[in-house]
Amino acid sequence: MKAICFNFEIHQPFRLKRYRFFDIGRDHYYFDDFLNDDIVSRVAHNSYIPAAETLLRMIEQNQGRFRCSIAISGVAFEQFEQYVPEFIDLLKKLADTRCVEFVAQPYAYSLASLADPEEFAAQIHATCAMLKNRFGVTPKIVRNTELIYSDELAPQLVALGFKGALTEGAKHILGWKSPDYVYTAASAPKLKLLLRNAKLSDDIAFRFSDTSWSEFPLTADKYIDWIASTPMDEQIVNIFLNMETFGDLHPATTGIFQFLEALPRFAAERGIDFLTPSEAISKIKPVGELSVMHSISSADEARDTSAWLGNRLQNEAFEKLYSVAERVRKCDNRRLKQDWEYLQTCDHFFYMSTKRRPDGTMHSSFSPYETPYAAFTNYMNVLADFLMRVAEEFPEHVDNEELNSLLLTISNQGAEIEALNKELNSMRKNIEQYNIEHKPKAERKAAEEKPAKKAPAKRGRKCTKKTEEK
Amino acid sequence: MKALMFGWEFPPHILGGLGTASYGLTRGMWECGDMDITFVIPKPFGDEDRSFANIIGTSQVPIAWRDVNRDYVEQRIGKVMDPDLYFRLRDHIYADFNYMRTNDLGCIEFSGKYPDNLLEEINNYSITAGVIARTLDFDIIHSHDWLTYPAGIHAKQVTGKPLVVHVHATEYDRSRGKPNPTVYGIERDGMTHADHIITVSNLTRQTVIDHYGIDPAKVTTVHNAVVPLSDDILSIEMPRATKEKVVTFLGRITMQKGPEYFVEAAAKVLRNCKNVRFVMAGSGDMMDQMIRLAAERGIADRFHFPGFQKGREVYEMLKASDVYIMPSVSEPFGISPLEAMQMGVPSIISKQSGCAEILDNVIKTDYWDIDAMADAIHGIISYPALYKQLREDGLAEVAQITWDKAGKKVIDIYKKVLARN
Repeated sequence: MKAICFNFEIHQPFRLKRYRFFDIGRDHYYFDDFLNDDIVSRVAHNSYIPAAETLLRMIEQNQGRFRCSIAISGVAFEQFEQYVPEFIDLLKKLADTRCVEFVAQPYAYSLASLADPEEFAAQIHATCAMLKNRFGVTPKIVRNTELIYSDELAPQLVALGFKGALTEGAKHILGWKSPDYVYTAASAPKLKLLLRNAKLSDDIAFRFSDTSWSEFPLTADKYIDWIASTPMDEQIVNIFLNMETFGDLHPATTGIFQFLEALPRFAAERGIDFLTPSEAISKIKPVGELSVMHSISSADEARDTSAWLGNRLQNEAFEKLYSVAERVRKCDNRRLKQDWEYLQTCDHFFYMSTKRRPDGTMHSSFSPYETPYAAFTNYMNVLADFLMRVAEEFPEHVDNEELNSLLLTISNQGAEIEALNKELNSMRKNIEQYNIEHKPKAERKAAEEKPAKKAPAKRGRKCTKKTEEK
Repeated sequence: MKALMFGWEFPPHILGGLGTASYGLTRGMWECGDMDITFVIPKPFGDEDRSFANIIGTSQVPIAWRDVNRDYVEQRIGKVMDPDLYFRLRDHIYADFNYMRTNDLGCIEFSGKYPDNLLEEINNYSITAGVIARTLDFDIIHSHDWLTYPAGIHAKQVTGKPLVVHVHATEYDRSRGKPNPTVYGIERDGMTHADHIITVSNLTRQTVIDHYGIDPAKVTTVHNAVVPLSDDILSIEMPRATKEKVVTFLGRITMQKGPEYFVEAAAKVLRNCKNVRFVMAGSGDMMDQMIRLAAERGIADRFHFPGFQKGREVYEMLKASDVYIMPSVSEPFGISPLEAMQMGVPSIISKQSGCAEILDNVIKTDYWDIDAMADAIHGIISYPALYKQLREDGLAEVAQITWDKAGKKVIDIYKKVLARN
């Protein structure tokens, strides 16, 4: 029995506005609301909404036989709340069908896993909280930004409570192996891996409406045929797509929605099932371990992290950004924290890629900038302002360790004062006790030597202590 | 294939980009093999590189018959021309030009520059071209820029050989849209007589089509290239102030080059960062105005005018710079950013420059967008990663822009033109 495991990625970055260097220190708002509204609304109406409606219909028509999964980034979610809240209602409907599994991913769709595990964990938690809060679901499966994955990451994913992860079926990792099985992570055997079938995914994502493609036009019949004709023992075909593939990359007029909607019918004819990632990892036995030394991803020909961290510009911006990670976490300025998240979105780094064709065309077609250099300059100007704001929170000359101890002192102040107060009270009681016990003696002595002095002095000290307490 | 080329400048004695481009292209074509090129210039100095082209100076071409002996010719002009060629040329004088001012060899004197009587010099050049065309054997005529179009037309009419004109610049670019009618007339005449037109950029091609009314099928773009720099130049070391960055503009200070936008951008940058100096090297009719503008903006202490730079000084200037900027309002090609890239200097160029069509690793802005320009300057001097990335990728990119590729394209155009005739 074969099955198809669909995952639809929904993400939109907060694009930056044109931010000149003379704005540094003067203007602390970085985002191009007009452009973001324009793009998010357009993509939602062309793609997200009709795609979600199609999925709903597919679920209804197939009485729950059609199942899929969706991953949505927090930054995209926030923009939907602002610009197209009706889409969130649709997502809620999809969640209520119980046929759609929501998969966790970093809130800011960031590269935090490559720089700062603590930040990564925080962003995963944020997404889980958002999904729980809005859709009442608790994700069991995780997909990192752009399917980035490595051995180093696996134990952390397990520690975060995930049973499975989605990643890329990168050829240079798989070698002769097929992506159409369930694997386990070499560095964390508890973690199951589902690998994207790049060929079959890209047939839809990139080639669907390409008239020069020898297989054009691609029909649901033909597509399911290809899946059916994979070797018998390959049980799961993972098709991970960006949601905007439907309707935006390939406009509705290409017939892509009809293609999608027809898939379950042809799948049923050939006895192919649909599974959510959770079902896939629980129903299908893993065939072996997969070791990924260096990070893989679904981006570019290289399928590594070079799409975001491939040149000097990107690395510089990335390092500068994460150099303040700890400080931003320590502060409690909400606006600063929000900007920090938005600035981490991997798209900003994607725009800075200087790769040539064919990858370069991909980078520039998504970029709001004319050149990678413009992208870099703009981002760095924004970052310069952001770093200044961080420095205003905590002076730069204090290093992190010193800052830690200072902050610790401050945060422990309350507890310490209380402890001291307690001590003080008990001491006072002791003294009173002492006075009562030794009173006769003291009175005797006082009568003999200095009668008036000792007692008022004691009382005086008590008084000053009391005022200090207050 | 034998080509007769008419040009105005030839290295090392050059006044602008025309000489550099003519030299590079000729050399590039020669590298492609099977090309015999005769290059005509007004006034050779004898130190030109003649290894890949025969150079003929029109100031050594007789237009009036003088009875001189071989030894005398050898002694007078042997340095720049073979006496045998002199006598062959003398045999092809086609009219009585004794009314003109000629010297003891029957030749006209040329300045080889751009003198006030330029139109007269162009005319004289064309007269001598008639003698050359009648003397030599060639398959095709190639004229570089408007100064030599009359000569090219003359040679074509005498011999019936096809004419290719090479547009390195147009009057439209030089005058920001208000052309001198005489110059425009000469240009248009050359273009209409030409069998094919080569432009140095698509920008220029469009100008030729739109403003000169030329059939687009007749116009092809061949982008310029650069000759790799010698080790001698690459190894130039310049003392550098460690704390201060230098932003340089190199070129004629004229309307076409947009110098005022550079001054305005500099003023913007200086408002926010202090550790930077600006240099406007060159001379031109707008220089005084620019000095005044810099003073008005209150940045004269940080804005310098070192004057016209030539030869090695240009490279020394580049070596001492952190950013090169070319805010040209309309630049047919603009070879200087490529030279800056060869020296490892990140460049900012206007989108209205022809070279913007082929360069990736530069920052492009609109010439009027001083905000963007200021931002780009600030970016390069403040973010080391941007500087390094532009520098290294720029070096790699410019190393790929070679003249033999351009030469190959020109030869293909020759072949097409000859096949048609």
